[in-house]
Order: sequence, then structure tokens, then C-alpha cells
Amino acid sequence: MATATSEETTRPAPLGDELLRVENLEKHFPITRGIIFQKEIAKVRAVDGVSFSVRRGETLGIVGESGCGKSTMARCVMRLLDPTGGKITFDGQDITHIKGNDLMRVRRELMMVFQDPYASLNPRKRVGYIVGEALQVHKQGTPKEIKGRVQELLDVVGLNPEHYNRYPHEFSGGQRQRIGVARALAIRPKMIVCDEPVSALDVSVQAQILNLLKRLQREFDLTYIFIAHDLDVVRHISDRVGVMYLGKVVEIGTALDLYQHPKHPYSGALLSAVPIPNPRAARSREPVVLEGDVPSPINPPSACRFHPRCPRFQPGTCDTIEPVLERKEGSASEVACHFPLETWPMSDLRLPSGSTPR
Amino acid sequence: MALLDVKDLRTHFHTEDGIVRAVDGVSFSVEKGKTLAIVGESGSGKSVTCLTIMGLNSGRRIDISGEAVFDGEDLLSIPKDELRRYRGKRISMIFQDPMTSLNPVHTIGRQLREAVQLHADVTKAQANARALEMLKAVRIPRPETRLDDYPHQFSGGMRQRVMIAMALINNPDLLIADEPTTALDVTTQAQILKLMNELQRDFGSAIILITHDLGVVAETADDVLVMYAAQPAERGGYEDIFYRPHHPYTWGLLRSLPHLTSVGEDLKPIPGAPPSLLNPPTGCRFHTRCPYAMDVCTTVVPEFALVPGSGEHRAACHLDEETKQREAAAIASETLADSA
Amino acid sequence: MVRYIIRRLLWAIVLFLSVTIITYVIFYLVPVDPARLAAGRNPTPEQVKAVGHYLGTDRPVWYQYGLFLKRLVIDHNLGYSFADRVSVNTDVLNAAPVTASLVIGGAILWMLIAIPVGVFSALHPRSKTDRVAMASVLVGISAHPIWIGLVLSYVFGYVPTSGHALGFSFPSFTFLPIQGYCNIRGASQGQVCGGPIQWFYHLILPWITFAILYAAFYVRMIRANVMETLNEDYVRTARAKGAPELQVLRSHVLRNAMLPVVTMLGMDIAIALGGAVLVENVFGLPGLGQLAVTAVGTFDLPVIIGTVVFASIMVITFNLLVDILYAWIDPRIRLG
Repeated sequence: MATATSEETTRPAPLGDELLRVENLEKHFPITRGIIFQKEIAKVRAVDGVSFSVRRGETLGIVGESGCGKSTMARCVMRLLDPTGGKITFDGQDITHIKGNDLMRVRRELMMVFQDPYASLNPRKRVGYIVGEALQVHKQGTPKEIKGRVQELLDVVGLNPEHYNRYPHEFSGGQRQRIGVARALAIRPKMIVCDEPVSALDVSVQAQILNLLKRLQREFDLTYIFIAHDLDVVRHISDRVGVMYLGKVVEIGTALDLYQHPKHPYSGALLSAVPIPNPRAARSREPVVLEGDVPSPINPPSACRFHPRCPRFQPGTCDTIEPVLERKEGSASEVACHFPLETWPMSDLRLPSGSTPR
Repeated sequence: MALLDVKDLRTHFHTEDGIVRAVDGVSFSVEKGKTLAIVGESGSGKSVTCLTIMGLNSGRRIDISGEAVFDGEDLLSIPKDELRRYRGKRISMIFQDPMTSLNPVHTIGRQLREAVQLHADVTKAQANARALEMLKAVRIPRPETRLDDYPHQFSGGMRQRVMIAMALINNPDLLIADEPTTALDVTTQAQILKLMNELQRDFGSAIILITHDLGVVAETADDVLVMYAAQPAERGGYEDIFYRPHHPYTWGLLRSLPHLTSVGEDLKPIPGAPPSLLNPPTGCRFHTRCPYAMDVCTTVVPEFALVPGSGEHRAACHLDEETKQREAAAIASETLADSA
Repeated sequence: MVRYIIRRLLWAIVLFLSVTIITYVIFYLVPVDPARLAAGRNPTPEQVKAVGHYLGTDRPVWYQYGLFLKRLVIDHNLGYSFADRVSVNTDVLNAAPVTASLVIGGAILWMLIAIPVGVFSALHPRSKTDRVAMASVLVGISAHPIWIGLVLSYVFGYVPTSGHALGFSFPSFTFLPIQGYCNIRGASQGQVCGGPIQWFYHLILPWITFAILYAAFYVRMIRANVMETLNEDYVRTARAKGAPELQVLRSHVLRNAMLPVVTMLGMDIAIALGGAVLVENVFGLPGLGQLAVTAVGTFDLPVIIGTVVFASIMVITFNLLVDILYAWIDPRIRLG
């Protein structure tokens, strides 16, 4: 199991203090079988020991593919799910298992923007209601005041405040996502978790929403966790980026570091797989293509989760000793690998002969 | 001679709200063994174009005009029964969502056999053998056991491979792939694109790849057609489109990619949204979002004219050649610089 | 799959016990003292007590329930009618085939109507035929089965035999019977008719009456399901492979669209088997429904309970069968 990482203190940018700290977060879903009495026979280890921290004003990007657990992790942080292990500290308070009124209070500070703008807005409610619901629930003003705030917010996100009384289906996908953002912003949270907020949108609309999110971060002093599978998008908006694979963080570092010099072979493969919109460059390189599918989180591979697909796999090490997420010498990123990548770009991720584990 | 030659294709749907001009005057051609990428946003008409060629549009009242000459035969004017015989045999199509594109209550073996037996009089055993061959070609592990499995027992990437196997099982001349990797993870996308590339080499089929991802276009296309609001905006070889683009929409698309902007700078999206196809703008349809729009753009539809000095590079824009070349050069240097 | 079946079976047993307990509570504990009822008109207290002792109603509740259950499960005895001391088993077993003939025949008829009409409507939405079908559906759902039954009886049964219609006279003839049931195996004592032909003949009008309501529901449901399935991606894939429309329909659309219909069908038949009271009443068919209604009129508790228990067993069994069938047809459930 990965142990808790030590706090980084050598960051150059004077971002705020630590707002969110996640230690060894675990979320396992039981699989039961049985005729009358359900017995647990296996667990889906959706999140299996994840640790990271987010500073005030920072944007932490999380990338990973399906089955890596990033959405589950987001929901645990938001306390939409109950973690089965680990600890979540938000603004100095342990929120791992809080309930009831305590949870309500925290909910004011921590909001979420969802992926599907077509499914995340209640089609039977008017937009004004949707955006203002949080304000109503937490009793933040008279109905008139709330309406005023809502209209302000609609304006802030680039929508017409006059459309207060319209229904979601009268808006386009991009506009609906703006509504989702306005909704998250309404109660002035400290942190917003964005779960793939632009994946369902057209390319030109994606850019608009990303610009909006960046502007709002500056204006409202927000902290973001930005989850996506599109690496270009994540790079663009994040200060730091974490890469997840099968329930664990395999690499975490600044956006610049990760994209210019990934250390983990999976990060390398991921970056390599992103198509480059420059034909000459794209056709002159040899992309790294992984074999096979992502294994099931029910029965993850032993030790290093990536070892069955890793081009640098070394039997005896990678399948017996679990690599710890830690900083290796000469770099500010943390990586969980016995044989991290030496250089980048690499046409061949395989180990040069005679390498020893670092 | 081109394998497929489409001239002035128009597809209009009669709906309760009026006539939706989903495709309004598209022309392009596809060469044997080559890949044409059709790029556009949702509503650009890229999917409907191919569905029309295949005769797969659903809906009651549709007006189709124009020509789609495939190996000498105009697919738009032959009777439905004849067109049906082309489908799955000489022209195949695969779709975006592999989760829902396979029948959940039939084994994949049965669905593959169906594809074979629809076009050839073979026994079940022969069809099975062919299905097995194809599963091996698309690199599904342990294919013998998987023939009797159902779609829900495969992962997304595997399902798309099955779709590809089903599409290529009769060795078609043309494969139309409608956003085949959009619903897949990026590493799975890389696998599927690599597979399609190899299969194209081995089977010699031409491919029409419909996508909105310029990265995918850059990696796979020989020729590119950029569509906007049911009409062609620009068309040419991949070098033309990426290094010598001649249309403001193409410039906008290239510039709005996060890849090209440095971290920290705001992205440069194309302002506004694609127009309604019930009531498209007059003149050049892009003029409402175009930073270079002139008066003439609002009234006169630009000709899909040949770019001077090129063989097949065309763009539909009123701007003068000088401005276009200047912009093209600016973008090309940004593109080249970024991926150094 | 096996685990699924076993779990459903166990659940069926639980359901059965619950139903019997609830039946018992409703009928034996809530109303008047059954002993008093059974004792006949104006009984003396001693008579009531004697009857009570005989029936066992002076024993504790759980004992009575246990006895009831034992008689039910082990002896397969539903008790004896208060009215004529005939074994309820006999009554029920005489009435059940009647209801079964009506319901199963009716079900076949309604499916024979609903499937073609529903599928056709789905394939040609908003055509004239579709509009006529939808209007008919509305009438079918709204019109009361008794009214339908009476109208049909009048038009096809009474009018021909009376020789008058709309002011015209014509030589009278018998077209369709309006009353009575004939045993399929042949006339038993006390019955006027018998044999398969008579059986069929007497059931024509009841079948039509019974089927109309259900056909209407099913046409609408099948139409909606087929329309939805036609839009599925895998149907488009089948067409893209070059399949002719008929094959697409048969092999891809119907198989998937009919899955939910199977469940509904099972449930509807099960419930109707408990007693299609209205139709039986109009046409004088001595089925379970009639049996129950008559028994309620005379407060003949054992018969009432007998029919309720029998109906419940039918529903539970059919439910179970339908669930198993569905799980078997849909590979996503069968193979997890």
C-alpha cells in the first residue's frame, strides 16, 4: 500500500495554503453472491489508496482512462460517496465520515460541475431555479435576493439573465454547461470539482467553457480539481496534474513537468497516444501503443498494477514489489515506478539493457 | 479514376418545423486504398452525407439530389434493393458507439455470420470460419471461445474491433467510419487507429473517416474535407489543410486546439455556435462567426473555388488570396513551432 | 442463472406464506365470528359455541392459521363451503377450467390482434391505418367490458334469434350464443351441451369481449416498443450490413421489442386467471370469478378464501415463470 506522501514545500508559486488533503483514500464496492444471505466474494477496488493535496487557488488536473477511478475519487472527495478507507481533510476539517448538518455546512464550500450537460440539469425545472437551488437550500437570502444573485451569475457565465425562466432543453450543450457552472458558483464555494465538464461538447465550445472556468477562477478565487481524459484540455487548465491508473495515482507533478517529461511508462503511453494535429510530426514519430485492455478493478494485477502491459516490465521486481509514489532524484514530480522513464520523447519505452531499479 | 465520386449532394428532411437542409451541396471524391477524413462539428452534415450515400437515412420525407458514383454506378439513383446489396459487401459502415451498435441478444458469432450470409450463399460452418478469421485479424484474444459470447461480455475497445471485423468481413472496397473512436479512451483509440491503418494496408480498402478531432485527421488522412453547416468549407490533401489552410473556419479550428496554445494563455475558440439548418444564414454560412467577414459574405454564397497553383485544393471563401496565404503561413508556423 | 432461479423460488415461497397470512387475517380475524356465520340464521349462543368448537375458532389464532396452512399444503384441502358443504376443492376445480379457457383463448386472440396491428402502426406512424388503430385503442380502453359484452350479445346473439333489427324483419336464426359454457370433454350431467365444437362456439363472444380491452393496451405498448427499438443503433448496424427490412424486423427489432411484452403478458394472464369476473358475469360462464362473486353474496367464507388462495398461487407461479423466462431470453441477465 502506498504510504502517505510528505508535504511539498519547495513550490515556487505562492499559492495559498493547503485546502484539501487526501490520504490513502479507498473506495471499494462489494460484490455479493448468495441465495438468501449475501456474502461478499470480491470487491471492486475503484479507488485503492490515493493521496494528494490541493492548495488554495490551484487547479489540480486528474487524468486517466475508464476504470481508473477518477470519477469515484471525485465523488468521495465531494462526499457523495462514503469512503471505505483513508482520510479527507478539507480546510483543516476531517470530512471523511461527517454526516447531517456538518456535511451540509461543508457542502456550501465544495461544489461540482458534471459531465453530461444533457443529463445533469433537471428538465422539469427552470434554469433560475436550478442555479439558485443551493442558495435556497442553505437559506442564503430572500427569494428576491436569490433571484438577483442568480441573474448576476447567468451574466457572469455569459448567458442572458432574461433567460431566467427558460427550461434546460431550450439551451445548447455549451450553454447548459454554463448553467452547470453557474449552479456550482452560486453559493461561492471554495473549491469546485469538475468531472469531465467539456467531454460532451464540441471542440469550439470546449474552448469557450475552459476560458470561462479560468476567468472565474481568477475572479472568484476558486480552487479546482479538474478531471478529464483529454490530456490537452487538462494540460491547458491545470497547475499540477495527477495520472491515475486502476485506482491509484501513478504520477503527479506540475503540468509542465508531466507533459514535457513524463516519468511513468503509463503517462508516457498516454501522452504518446494523443493524436498530434500536425501531420508531419504525427507521421514521423513511432507512437507507443499499449497492448490489451485495462484490467478489471476487481482483480487488479499484483504489485505494480501496470506491469502486465508495461513495456519496461522487469519480472521479479515489478510483479512482486509495489512501487511507492515518491519523488525520485532530479525531479519535482512524484512517480510510482521502479524504472521511470529517463528521457522524453522516447520512441521506444522499453528499458535500455542493464538498467537497475531506481 | 476515383472509387467514389460525390457531386453536389443535397439531403433535405421534411420536419414539422420546416425543411432541415442537413447536407446542402457537398462534392468530394475518394481514391482506392486512400483515406478521406471529413471534419466538422455537430450539425455540419458530415454523418448525414455518408448515411445518404449508404441509403441509411431514417425518416419519412427526405429529398435527395446529386450524384454519388461508386465504381461507375450512381448509388443515389439505383433502386433500394440494389443499394442494399452494396451495403455490407462493397461499402461498409461502422458507427460511433460500440456499446449500442451490436444487438445485445445475439452472440457476436451470429452477428458476424449474418454479415457473411447476407451476401454469399455459404454454410454456417463456412461463415463461422470466416468470422473466426476476421476476429484474428482484428486481434481479439482467444477468438474461438469468443464467438459464442454476447456483446455485453466485451469491453468497449473489443466491441469496436468486432464492429470493424464485421465491416471488413466481406472485403469491401470502401469503409465508412463515423467517429469510430470518439467514445473510446485515448489509448484504445490509438490501438483502433493503428489497427485500421494495418487493415487498410492488408485489405486495400478506401476509408472515409468522419471525425471532429483534428489530431486524428493529422495522423490518418490522405485527403481532408472540412464541412460547416451542411456545406463544404475547404477540401484538399492533408498538407494543404494543415499547412496551407484557406478558410477562416479551418483557421478557427486549428487555432482553438489546446495543443497549440501555451499553457496559461486563454484558448482562442471560435465565437458563437453553429447555425440552425432550418434557417441557415444567407450568403456564406460562416459569416456570422467569421472575424474576416465582409459585406459580400452576407449576400453572396462563395464559390468552392480551386486554390491557385494547386491540383485539388478548394475553399469556399471570398477573401483575397493574399490574406489567405498570410493567415495560412501564420498558423503553419504556430503549428510547426509547437510540435518541435 | 441457477442461483437466480433458486432465489426466486425461495422468494415465491415467502410470497405464498405472506399471501396466506394476509388472507387469513382479512377473512378469519377481521369480520364477524365465522362460527356465528356458519351456524346459520339466528343461532343460539350454544349453537354458536358448538360450531365454533367444530370449526376450531375457539383455539388461539396461530393454531388456527397453522391448521389452515396444514390443510392447505399437506391435505390440499381448501375447506368446505358453508352454503352446501361441498368441498371447495371441487368447486374451484370445476370453475378453473372455465376461466382458463376464457383467459388463455382470449390471450391468444388479443396477441393475434395486437402484434400485427402494433407492429404495422410502429412501422407506419401517423398513416391512416395508424390513426384508425390508435382511435380504436382509445375506444377499446375506454369502453367497459360489460358494455362491450352486452352490445355484442345483443347484436350477434339476440337480434338474429329475434328476427327484428332496425325496424326490419327477417327469418330468425341462431348466430352466436349469449349464455352458458360447454365442457370441452363432453356434456356432464345437468349440462345442455358438450364437446369441443360447442365449447368453442360458446366462447366466441366472451373471447372477443375479453380480448378487446387487453388488445387495446397491447397494441399501444407494442407500437411504442417497436418504435423505440427501430431507433436503436444496432438496427442501423443491421441495415448497414445489407440486411433486408424484413430480416431486420424479424431478427433484430422484434426480438428486442417483445422482451418487455413477455413480462406484461405473464402478469396479465396470471391476474386474469384469478377470475375474469366481468366477462364471466355477462356471459354466464361458471368460472372462478362467478364463483367468488356468488360466494361473497352469501358470505361463504371457505369458497371466498379458496378462490383467493387459488388466484394467488396462479399469480405467484406465473410471475416466477415469467421472471425465469425473461432471464433466459435476455443473455445480459442469463450470463450476468
